[in-house]
Amino acid sequence: MTALLPLTGAVLLATLPKSAELRAKQFAFGTTLVTAASAIAMAVQFQRDNTDLQFVEVRSWIPSFGINYAVGIDGIALVLILMSVILAPIVILAGWNEAQGGRWSVKTFYILILVLETMMIGVFSATDVFLFYVIFEAMLVPVYFLIGGYGTGERSAAAVKFLLYSLFGGLLMLASIIALYVMSGDQAGHTFDLAKLANLEMSSTTQNFLFLGFFIAFAIKAPLWPFHTWLPDAAQSATPGTSVLLLGVLDKVGTFGMIRYCLTLFPEASKTFTPVIIVLAVISIIYGAILAIGQKDLKRLIAFTSISHFGFITMGIFAMTSQSQSGATLYMFNHGFSTAALFIVGGWMIARRGSSTISDFGGLQRVTPVMAWCFFLAGMSSLALPGLSSFVSEFLVLVGTYTRYPVAAIIATVGIILAALYILIPVQRALHGPTTPGNENLPDLNLREKIAIAPVLAAIIALGFYPAPLLNVINPAAVHVNSQLGFTDPVPTVEGK
Amino acid sequence: MVFNSPTLSYSLLAPILIILSGALIGVLIEAFVGKTRRPAVQLSVALSSLVLALIQVIRIRDLSSTTAAMGSVVIDGPGLLFQGAILIIAIISIFLIADQDNFTASPAALPGSDEERQATQSGTVLTEIYPLTLFAVAGMLLFPIASDLITLFVALEVLSLPLYLMAGLSRHRRLASQEAALKYFLLGAFSSAFFLFGSAYLYGYAGTVSFAGIHAAVVGGTGNDVILLLGIAFVAIGLLFKVGAVPFHAWSPDVYQGAPTPITGFMAAATKVAAFGAMLRLFYTVLAEAQWQWRPFFMVIAIITMIFGSLVAISQRDVKRMLAYSSIAHAGFLLTGVIALNKAGLEASIYYLFAYGVATVGAFGIVTLVRDSSGEVSDLNRWAGLGKRSPWVASAFAFFLLAFAGIPLTSGFIGKFAIFSAAYESGATAVVIVGVLSSAIAAFFYIRVIVLMFFTDATEDGTSVVIPSILTRLTIFISLVITVALGVFPAPLLDFIKPLAIFIR
Repeated sequence: MTALLPLTGAVLLATLPKSAELRAKQFAFGTTLVTAASAIAMAVQFQRDNTDLQFVEVRSWIPSFGINYAVGIDGIALVLILMSVILAPIVILAGWNEAQGGRWSVKTFYILILVLETMMIGVFSATDVFLFYVIFEAMLVPVYFLIGGYGTGERSAAAVKFLLYSLFGGLLMLASIIALYVMSGDQAGHTFDLAKLANLEMSSTTQNFLFLGFFIAFAIKAPLWPFHTWLPDAAQSATPGTSVLLLGVLDKVGTFGMIRYCLTLFPEASKTFTPVIIVLAVISIIYGAILAIGQKDLKRLIAFTSISHFGFITMGIFAMTSQSQSGATLYMFNHGFSTAALFIVGGWMIARRGSSTISDFGGLQRVTPVMAWCFFLAGMSSLALPGLSSFVSEFLVLVGTYTRYPVAAIIATVGIILAALYILIPVQRALHGPTTPGNENLPDLNLREKIAIAPVLAAIIALGFYPAPLLNVINPAAVHVNSQLGFTDPVPTVEGK
Repeated sequence: MVFNSPTLSYSLLAPILIILSGALIGVLIEAFVGKTRRPAVQLSVALSSLVLALIQVIRIRDLSSTTAAMGSVVIDGPGLLFQGAILIIAIISIFLIADQDNFTASPAALPGSDEERQATQSGTVLTEIYPLTLFAVAGMLLFPIASDLITLFVALEVLSLPLYLMAGLSRHRRLASQEAALKYFLLGAFSSAFFLFGSAYLYGYAGTVSFAGIHAAVVGGTGNDVILLLGIAFVAIGLLFKVGAVPFHAWSPDVYQGAPTPITGFMAAATKVAAFGAMLRLFYTVLAEAQWQWRPFFMVIAIITMIFGSLVAISQRDVKRMLAYSSIAHAGFLLTGVIALNKAGLEASIYYLFAYGVATVGAFGIVTLVRDSSGEVSDLNRWAGLGKRSPWVASAFAFFLLAFAGIPLTSGFIGKFAIFSAAYESGATAVVIVGVLSSAIAAFFYIRVIVLMFFTDATEDGTSVVIPSILTRLTIFISLVITVALGVFPAPLLDFIKPLAIFIR
């Protein structure tokens, strides 16, 4: 399916000679464009009112363990796959030269990106728990080399920290998966099929332990306080393009996993742990926001804002109303784009200035008006200004949460006020005021960069005014997840617009 | 008195007989073939006897489930699988052993003496290594199919004695190599004594040395349980020594470091298969009904082996010592397969042993390539920046390390998954949790080597990767292909193992 396109591209790319850098870039860009086109074609065929998995494909992989190559997508997965495949070409185009300073050839960089893209599509579409786990873990390897090989500063330390955190979480999940597998052997014949595993009977103690195995892995991935410490380091050291994929797409695997695996496989345990998780999510929202305000480094700042945003997403998921879950899914999509915009534009600013310290910028509005406006718009999207896409999702999450956990929703609202601070302060320091010496001659965006950022900003604005196309896809899936859990919404759902 | 001539079932014993005759021909070649032609002749004899033996193993797979040599050997599915694995590993390693630069030209000469220098300069090569390898292989083939304690002991000695010798044959750092050989020999002799001691107790308990007889006695339960317990404990110690489980592991870091690297790879891989093969047979069939006596003991050993191996490996600065501790950790993971005591555990153990063995030979093959003017460089600090200078070699090594760490899409992951799920199925939850956690610890030191190779700049120079000979390249390439294939498409091998993995008593 679509997943194999980038992989084929990567293999073909590997045959190119090392010196053909431009060719490698063009080829990688072309491959991601084709992938995006085929994914969009798939999205058009997607029947949005059908809550069953679609585009299902099952092939036997390791029959002796009952493992299948099984893929299929629902609305939630579709939205996330779309986000991934649209961001991939944008990242390549925006960071056209970012592979230059790396340890290895430019070609290797794009091979890693394409392999990663294959795995991103795979991880969102897997319906076999084992397949999901395999991709979930194997994904770490290309990202590890992307950070460690092409990043800046303390890149190898950051890469190792990222890898060890994720591996640790992954192994806890493996323990849970083994337990599920063994239990399935007793009850239904060995299988890893998500739907069959969801029907296993187990004691509530077992369920709680297994839930924790999965949840901690996902909480590390989509950094939830207190599992977040790897993220700022990784984001600071990675190239902007890698950061977009890392925060924009990879971390979504965590929140996606919470919906797809934690809620589906362990409904009872999910309910048991909800209060704790909501508290952690609220702490993440406030903590991420406060730390973001204090950051001097632009990339770290964006990383901490993301921790705050992931808090919102997690809260939306575990508030267990279809509204909050639709909101959370939409939030994942929007966060992908607004973080991408921030990192891409921020990356350009950093590359031009040669520094990522916020106080080194200043007066960019006068010197580079287009770049400054782009950054401003991205920032506004991050603080969820009404009229921009994130507002819709944040609003849905808060409203949906309020119906069940009013206190949490009210405290989380404080996060929005803090968001205004953490965005407006750097905007003021970097864009306005007198031009800092040394910044007078910075070049503005060139045509390539304008083309790269345009679709992101367009999506942010368009979905802010008219989110219905996405919500129509997400809503049935979210309602379906909730009904499986046996939850009905506390108040009649209003069609989110 | 009537003497019955023993019936031997030669075709079933043929793999061992082929290897032994290959070894004997090798000895004759040493005596009668000229020096210059010896290496090529020896290599082809060794290789062809290994291949012939493998073919014979494949041919008799349908005749299995029977006994041979008057019941002192049992030919069944698992036994043949172990033999096949040992032979494949031996074939891969024989290419590595063929790189004579690893072996001293004249083992009898004093290290640093004129005699040694002359021998080295004259270009003499050590071809005795081939018959020695074959003798060891013969012992290894017999070990997992032995069906009474005496045969088991003979096989143990046949496989160990050549290995003791081979450990001392390194060309570089000969004193360390000889020390390793002596250590291995002394501790090995000690463990053999334990093994014999235990066998005597088991004989005292059952009144027979045959596995069937001991099994009957265990099932009957009429004997003295204390004697049974002592027998199990001492026999287990002898076997655990061979696989390097804590606290019987003390020899392995020194021997791994001191022995010539191709021998280390061969020994680490093939001995593990043979020893775990014998252990699985003994504990799955003969002593299965006595599991209350040995399972708790094994659980403790497995837990401390996994934790100790992973933790101590972190502090190693030498790549061979690091791999030694990693193999200790892997012995712990494999012990969870013994503890599982179910069919899934047996299948998983066979798969794991094969996957681990192949990756081990490949990894040590790469270690032989990293050298400076005075020989192999095993100091990890000097591996820094290897990824820049020789990206292919470094990438291959990184891949083997990822396989050891059990990252998905490598053979190691499937092995780990299979063996842990089998252990979990048997109710050994604690062992599985410790196993998963120590995998996380172990990942740390594997990844540190990858960081060193790829993300650290070389501090000094002088370390270089030699252009591998075609044979070494073949070893590494085959190991790599098998490791990838078993990681991505494990189904064919798993399906092949499944119907065969049934012990007969």
